[in-house]
Amino acid sequence: MTQTLTDNDALLIDGVALGSRLIMGTGGAPSLEGLEAALVASGTELTTVAMRRYAVHGEGNTAGANLFDLLVQNRIRVLPNTAGCFTAREALMTAELGREALETDWVKLEVIADEHTLLPDAVELVEATESLVNRGFKVFAYTNDDPVLALRLEQLGAAVVMPLGAPIGTGLGILNPHNIELIVSRASVPIILDAGIGTASDAALAMELGCDGVLLASAVTRAQDPVRMATAFRHAVIGGRLAAQAGRIPMRTHALASSAMEGRADF
Amino acid sequence: MSTIQLNGAARPLLTGTTLSALVTEVTGRELLPTGQPIDGGRLGVAVARNSGIVPRSQWSRTLLEIHDEIEIVTAVQGG
Repeated sequence: MTQTLTDNDALLIDGVALGSRLIMGTGGAPSLEGLEAALVASGTELTTVAMRRYAVHGEGNTAGANLFDLLVQNRIRVLPNTAGCFTAREALMTAELGREALETDWVKLEVIADEHTLLPDAVELVEATESLVNRGFKVFAYTNDDPVLALRLEQLGAAVVMPLGAPIGTGLGILNPHNIELIVSRASVPIILDAGIGTASDAALAMELGCDGVLLASAVTRAQDPVRMATAFRHAVIGGRLAAQAGRIPMRTHALASSAMEGRADF
Repeated sequence: MSTIQLNGAARPLLTGTTLSALVTEVTGRELLPTGQPIDGGRLGVAVARNSGIVPRSQWSRTLLEIHDEIEIVTAVQGG
């Protein structure tokens, strides 16, 4: 019997079942048309957006309004982020704007330390997580690949913990697989690998390490052929998920023949 | 001249203008008193006035005042 790969294996977040464990962000696409094609090819049911000033008529483009319409039309759920925030105070305000504008209490909490590394500021992140949870947000906490911090965020009430594979936009893959595995093994909320993904095998590895999903944007939107790359990631995430569930063989030092030695013909 | 700041730029203020009227002017969408678009769609916009968020349900009851700092934000591409 042919197994339908995603049946009965939805990613459950806050009571919502997502059919795809690949979450594709909207950042970095040169055109809305190209973005739409890539989103559709990725099969994603949830995508990130940033909150920015509405382009007032005659003062630039109106891509903002069009992006939201495009996502609504394609029935892709929206996850507003707090990208560009350096303090908990800024993140709270941005999160409130996202909730009001997009009518969702889901927020991808991103509090970065500096523009050079774009790494999360752990202290501000903890403070913002606590405040947002208290205000009724479902916090998707973007964090360092630190098992201690990841657990702390979960204890503070984060709905999802999202450790980075590598710094945002680097495409370096998963720099510390051991930490990701450790984070997953101790978590009781979904763990979604976020940031640093470069190519399909990185996403497959994330799933093999036990992650519940993968979030990426640049790896698709800045690829030479975004639709093809989005398709690759769709398959990679499914492949990695199935492999994680299937129980891999143990690694061995020496070879182990899979063909029997008995019954060989004499020459 | 009476002005407000809209998304960082000065803008003339006509007495009696509501926040709802300003949002309609900027987005081109007519709004119900609830702040929902008349066309039945979703607006995808939030408004802050002097650093405080004004829920859409209050836009039609909020009169703009001189020197108000208004931010109208929406979703744009981002990871």
